[in-house]
Amino acid sequence: MSAVARRGPLPPRLSLLAEAMVARGGVVLLAVALLLFLTVPLASLLVRSLEDRSGEFAGLANFVVYFASPAFANSATNTLAFAALTTLFTVPQAFLFAYAIQRSCIPLKGLWRNIAMIPILAPSLLAALSFIYLFGNQGWLKFVIEWFGLKTIYGLPGMVVAMSFASFPHAVMILLAGLALSDARLYEAADSMATPGWRKFLTITLPGARYGLISAALVVFTMAVSEFGVPKVIGGNYSVLAIDIYKQVVGQQNFSMGAVVGLVLLVPAVLAFVIDSAVRRRQKALLTARSVPYSPRPERLRDALLLLYVLAVSAVLLLVLGMAVFGSFVKVWPYNLSFTLNHYTYGFEEAGVEGAWRNSVVMAACCAVIGAAVTFAGAYWLEKTGIEKSAAFGWLRPLTQMQAMMPMAVPGMVLGIGYIVFFNHPANPLGFLYGTMSILVISTIVHFYSSSHLTAVTALKALDNEFESVSASLKVPFYRTFWRVTVPVCLPSLVDISRYYFVNAMTTISAVVFLYSPKTTLAAISILHLDEAGNVGAAAAMATLIVATSAAVTAVFFFIEWWLVPRTQAWRRSAPR
Amino acid sequence: MSAVAAAALQLQGIHKAFGSFVALQSVDLTIERGEMVCFVGPSGCGKTTLLRIIAGLETQTRGRVIQGGRDVSGAPPAARDYGIVFQSYALFPNLTIRDNVAYGLVNRRRARGEIEARVAELLKLVGLPDSGPKYPAQLSGGQQQRIALARALASAPSLLLLDEPLSALDAKERERLRGEIRQLQRRLGVTTILVTHDQEEALSMADRVVVMNHGVIEQVGPPLEVYERPTTPFVADFIGKVNVLSATCVGDGRYRVGRVELTAAADGIAAGTAVRLYLRPEDRILADSGPLEGRPNLLAGAVRSLDFLGTYCLATVDVDGFDGQSMLVYCSLNQALELGVREGGRIPFALRGERLRVFPVQ
Repeated sequence: MSAVARRGPLPPRLSLLAEAMVARGGVVLLAVALLLFLTVPLASLLVRSLEDRSGEFAGLANFVVYFASPAFANSATNTLAFAALTTLFTVPQAFLFAYAIQRSCIPLKGLWRNIAMIPILAPSLLAALSFIYLFGNQGWLKFVIEWFGLKTIYGLPGMVVAMSFASFPHAVMILLAGLALSDARLYEAADSMATPGWRKFLTITLPGARYGLISAALVVFTMAVSEFGVPKVIGGNYSVLAIDIYKQVVGQQNFSMGAVVGLVLLVPAVLAFVIDSAVRRRQKALLTARSVPYSPRPERLRDALLLLYVLAVSAVLLLVLGMAVFGSFVKVWPYNLSFTLNHYTYGFEEAGVEGAWRNSVVMAACCAVIGAAVTFAGAYWLEKTGIEKSAAFGWLRPLTQMQAMMPMAVPGMVLGIGYIVFFNHPANPLGFLYGTMSILVISTIVHFYSSSHLTAVTALKALDNEFESVSASLKVPFYRTFWRVTVPVCLPSLVDISRYYFVNAMTTISAVVFLYSPKTTLAAISILHLDEAGNVGAAAAMATLIVATSAAVTAVFFFIEWWLVPRTQAWRRSAPR
Repeated sequence: MSAVAAAALQLQGIHKAFGSFVALQSVDLTIERGEMVCFVGPSGCGKTTLLRIIAGLETQTRGRVIQGGRDVSGAPPAARDYGIVFQSYALFPNLTIRDNVAYGLVNRRRARGEIEARVAELLKLVGLPDSGPKYPAQLSGGQQQRIALARALASAPSLLLLDEPLSALDAKERERLRGEIRQLQRRLGVTTILVTHDQEEALSMADRVVVMNHGVIEQVGPPLEVYERPTTPFVADFIGKVNVLSATCVGDGRYRVGRVELTAAADGIAAGTAVRLYLRPEDRILADSGPLEGRPNLLAGAVRSLDFLGTYCLATVDVDGFDGQSMLVYCSLNQALELGVREGGRIPFALRGERLRVFPVQ
C-alpha cells in the first residue's frame, strides 16, 4: 500500500492565519455595518427626540408637548383604528383563500396562488389610486359605497380596502405555510369517531393554524401601522402617525418632533414583533413533531363554494390592478375613455418621470445584487464559521443576529428619519452619503434585511453542519468550500433573495421618502408627487410602469432559475437508487 | 535517549466545559500506532466531544493533545493530520463522487494525472470503482459512507476519525460495513478512533474499547477483557446484558441473596458489607452438559416468561429463595427445546461462581 502512505505537503501556517482573519473579519464587518446603518441611526433618533429644534438638550419637553397636543391623541387612535380594521378585514379573507388552496380540491391552485401575489409587484399607492378611480368622486362604482351609507371613499374606508389589497399577499403567504403543516392522522382519528366537518374545523384545523393566524394578523397590523403611501393618497383628512412624521420632517423641518412621533410609532411595531417572535418560537415545536401530511379529498359542495370565493377574490385583485392600468391609458377618466399615451409621454417629458424610473431600476438592481451578496455572506459568517466557539468573537454572534432581525420591527418611516438625523448631522464623517444613490440602496437593503436574512439562514441550516469540519480536515480553506459547495447548493434561495430585494426596492417609499434628492427621485415617490399635483393619470401611468418593471424582472428571475437550475443543480434530480 | 517511537496520539488531562456543564472531566489516554480504538458510551457521555477535540473542531478547556509526538493542543483542524467521517456522510451533494474524493487533493496542487490515479485507487479500495461520475444522491447510504471513507483516506492521514459512521444505516448494511471498515483499517494499518453508542459495534470492531460515562473513562481494554472483567458497575451494565442481584457478604467470597448463599472468588470484602452481584445471563450451567447435582451455586426457579430472540432465548426466572429477585437465564434454542424450558415451567441451573462480579453498594 505504498500509494496510501504517500502524503501531500501541508499548506503553510500563514494561510491558516489569513483564513481565520477572513472568517472572523467577516462577522466583525457585518456587525459594524449593521451598527452603523441600523442601530446607531435609531439611537441618534432617540437622542434627537430629547433635543429642541436648535439642538440643545431639552429632556422630555418634546414628548410633553406632543402628548399634550390634540393631534397626538387623534393620530394615535386613528392609526390604531386603521390598523385594527385592516387586520380584521384582511386576515379572514386571506385565511379563507389559503384554506381553499391548501385544504380543498379546487382546480388551478397555482394560478390562484400567483394572482394573490400580484399586489407585491405594485407600490401600495396603486391600490389607493385604483379605489379612487372606482369609488372616488367621479368613480364608476360610487353607488356601491352609497349602499353602505358612505359619502366618499376618501378617509378610513378607502384606506382600509386599499391597505387590505397591499397586505393580502403577505397574509396569504403566512397562512398558506400555517395551513400546510397539518397531521392527517388527527383527521383520520376524528373520522374514526364520526366527527362532523364543522367540528373537525373548529377542533383541529383552526387550532393547528392559530400560530399562522396570529402571525398573519401581526404582519398586517404592522404594515398598516407604518403605512405612509395609502393614507397619503386616499386618507383625505384622516391623519395617522406616519403622515404626522412626514409633516413634521418634510413640512416643518422639525426633526426633533419627527423623532418623537417616530418613537411613538415604534411602540406598536416593536410590540407586534415581540409577540410574533414568541409565537414563531412555539410554532417550531409544532413543526418538529413527526406528522403525516394531510391531503384533501374532493367534496363537491365545499369545493364549488370555495372555488366561487377564490374566483371572486382573484377578480377583485385583477380589477384593482387593471383599473390603474386602464386609467393610465384613457384621456379623462371617466368622461373621455378614448385611448391615449399622453399620461406616459407627459410624465416622461414634463415631470421628470423617466429619470425617476431609471433611478428606481438602478437602485433596485443594486439592492438585488449587493443586498443578496451581503445578506447571504452575512448569514454564512454567522451560521457556518463556528464564530460561537471563538472566545474573542463569540459574543458578536447573538448581537449581530439580534441586529439582523431588528429591521422587521422598525417601520420604514422611522428608519428614514433615523438616517436623516444621523447622516445629516454636521459632525458625521459619513455625511457625504446623504442625498446620494448609495444611501437609498443602503437604507433599502437594511429595511428589508430581516426576511432575506431568514431565507438565507433557512437555506444554510438545511446544509449538513459538518461540511466545514470536513473541509478543514481536508485542509481546504472554508471560503473555497463556500464557493464550490455552499453557494451552488443555495443558489435557488439566493435568487429568491435577490428577487425579493429588487421588487421591494422598486415599490418602497417609506424609508426613502426622506432620503432622496432631486437627482435621485424614485418612481414610487414620483407617484406621490404626481398625485399631490392632481395628476392622477400620470400617477397611474407611473404605478403601471412599476408593476410592469417588477413583473418583467420577476419573469427574468424565473427564467434565470429555469435556465440555471438544470445547469447547476443536476445533482438534485438524481433520485437514490 | 528513548528509541521508542512516539505514540500515535496522547491525551493528557483533557477537560471540557460548556458553560457550567462539564462534558469531559479529565481524560488521559494513549493510542498506539495502527490501533483501532472505539469510544463507546451512552449519549451525552462525552465521546463525541472527545473526538471533536482530537480533530480540533472543539477546543478543550484544559489538557493537551499530542499527535505523533507533536503538541497540537491549540492547532486549528487544518494544521492537524487526520481524516474524518461523520454519521451524516457530509458528502458535498453538488459534486460528483470523483470530485468529492479529490476535494482535498486538488488543494495540494498535485498533478492532474496523479489525482485521477489516486481517486481511482481509493474508489477501488472501498469497492465502488465505477461510481466516479455519479452524484451522492444516486448512491445508497452504505455506498455514500464508503465514499466518505475514501475521501477521508485520500491524503493518507496518519489518523482516521469515525464519528458514529454506521448509525444512519439499516441493520444489514451496518453489519456488512462494520466488517469492511475493520478489514480496510487492518490492511492500511491506519490508527483509527471510532465513536459509537452501540456496544456490539465496539466489541466487534475494536482492538481496544474505551467505555465512557459522564465525561469520564470508566474502563479501557480489549473487548473480551471489558466484557468478562468489567471494573465498574456501569461497565458491567452497559456492555452486554447482566443480572444485578442485591446481596450481603458473609465472608470468604460467600454472599447471601435472599435466603440462598452463593460462592464467588475470594476478594477480601468484609463480612456484612452490602453488595451487588453482577452476572451475565450466559454464565450458568444447564442440565444438558451433565448432571447438576453436586455443583456449587445450584439453583432452581419458575420460568415467568421466555423471550424468543432468534437463535437463543432469554428466560426470566423467579429463583427459589431469592425473595422476589428474578434473573435472566440464557439458553440456546436447542437447549430450550431439549430441556423443556417454557413459561410456567421450572428450570434447574448452576451459576458459574468464578464469573460473579462483586461491587460494594456505594
